[in-house]
Amino acid sequence: MVPSTAARLGTENAGSRSPVGKLGYLLLYVVLIVVAAFQLFPLVWLLLFSLKNNQEVFDLPPLSLPMNPRWENYEKVWSAGNISVYFLNSVWITIAATVLTIILGSLVTFAITRMKWKGSSLVLGLFMVAMMIPVHSTLIPLFSLFNRVGLTDHPLSLVLSYAAFNLPITMMILLGFYYSLPREVEEAAVMDGCSVHRVFFRIVLPMTGSVLATTAIINMIYNWNEFIFVNTFISSDTFKTLTVGVQNFIGQYTTDWGAIGATLMISILPILLMFLFLSDRIVEGIAAGSVKG
Amino acid sequence: MDKVMSNKKIITLYVLPALLLILAIVYIPIVLTAYYGLHDWNGIGAMTFVGLAHYQKLLMDGMFWSSAGHSLLLAVFSALSLIVYLIVAMVLASKIKGANLFRKIYLIPMLLSSVAIAQLWLRMYHPTNGIVNSVLESLGVANPPAWLAEPSLVLYALFVPILWQYAGFYILIYYAALKNIPSSLEEAAKIDGANSLQIAWRIKLPLMMEVFKVTIVLAVVGSLKYFDLIYVMTDGGPNGASEVMASYMYRQAFRAYDFGYGSAIGFFLLVICLVVTWAIRRATATKDRIQYS
Repeated sequence: MVPSTAARLGTENAGSRSPVGKLGYLLLYVVLIVVAAFQLFPLVWLLLFSLKNNQEVFDLPPLSLPMNPRWENYEKVWSAGNISVYFLNSVWITIAATVLTIILGSLVTFAITRMKWKGSSLVLGLFMVAMMIPVHSTLIPLFSLFNRVGLTDHPLSLVLSYAAFNLPITMMILLGFYYSLPREVEEAAVMDGCSVHRVFFRIVLPMTGSVLATTAIINMIYNWNEFIFVNTFISSDTFKTLTVGVQNFIGQYTTDWGAIGATLMISILPILLMFLFLSDRIVEGIAAGSVKG
Repeated sequence: MDKVMSNKKIITLYVLPALLLILAIVYIPIVLTAYYGLHDWNGIGAMTFVGLAHYQKLLMDGMFWSSAGHSLLLAVFSALSLIVYLIVAMVLASKIKGANLFRKIYLIPMLLSSVAIAQLWLRMYHPTNGIVNSVLESLGVANPPAWLAEPSLVLYALFVPILWQYAGFYILIYYAALKNIPSSLEEAAKIDGANSLQIAWRIKLPLMMEVFKVTIVLAVVGSLKYFDLIYVMTDGGPNGASEVMASYMYRQAFRAYDFGYGSAIGFFLLVICLVVTWAIRRATATKDRIQYS
């Protein structure tokens, strides 16, 4: 990242400061490190106890490193119970909902920003207001609607709900980008006799690749972590995702700390890996769509 | 160009799928919630119209008002914590090397599923083996409390992981806003002899007011509809001491199968969220927005 002028000026100033200023600078660092430690500490503790057995958890100091890391905790929970089933369900439901959201979101954002029609601002408003509606206020009717059409205990109920509730945030991230796209390219294409479909699929959509990646990541994180819809709509183990699966699984193993730790680690690992490699995009996406509550 | 780009068939094709989805999953359920709330209904059998009886019951329901009080308390704490986040963001945005890394670390808890976080903090608060009490005991505290079983403590014990989860999110928003302030302002103020505190207080803070208002709405409304960690960690217990509005609604509908009353609570929650959003925006509206650049 290129440091801004202010940041560069700041660091130069910090070097030439009085001793008091230096001390203050050090103090600021201490504050930031304490906050960072507080944010990370529970996760470090989780990693440590996921590699211990009960005896080690109870008898050794909580932050001691495991002498023989017990990776078998991970093997045990992966094969026991349905954790692997839940994991795969989470993967495909997350991907399906994300793809659906991105396709629908791109189409409607294109129509709103690039095409001329009455009611486009009304439709846009409808999507944006949806962001303020609490999920819980829709839960009972959704449950009975899905029940009526035979979609309770069916993964489609999750894919549709995730897509609908993530459409506004997706569109919000896309909107800024679409507004900034130059019109000349499209105009030239239309002059040459391109159809609207061709303009969208061949010209505009490929240009949005980078922002699409950002929205995809944000969608995946929200979908992967979703709990209340799965908990309400899905009752059979074959369709549960990791969040609810982990919740049930841990309920049965309340006393085996290592197994609980390993299960939790498995459930957060995909997100942590994603964060490790794509943190810039995640930060960008969250900042752009910060209105989601 | 205009003729091609206002083709009604294509617009319908692009807009309708997303529009139908959001109407079916978000807007129709909202209308149905209002409708169900006027009926007695167990979710399966016939509905009987009872008019506003559920809302009368709601007004007299001590359990609901105590859960509303808990939600409100969370909102107050969330709003107050924003001040801390703003200070941390200001520290980050001033002459700090590695600021980018810090804000990413702060964000990690927000990316993890509420279930994983809830299960992790359940272990942290474990009366005998949890890290919280281990640390307290090593500091010489005799008989540290069972945090989640103590009616007078449970709510505050729950607030800690909730605030922990979202801290990085708000710091990220503030940091982004601070970085948007043109550095020329700070330089000019420095030349005029202003010190860092004066710059923070007189220049940066006024420029941050708009984004601060947005985050207040987010924090307060997010708190009023808060559900996840509380549902997993204590399920409103012990004896309702940590019940909030959303968890009370969930209990009435999906545990007691009183879908009519649950819907009335759900609709009430929606109205509260919309009214509070409007009220905060109104109360903090300024006629003249400050513009320095």
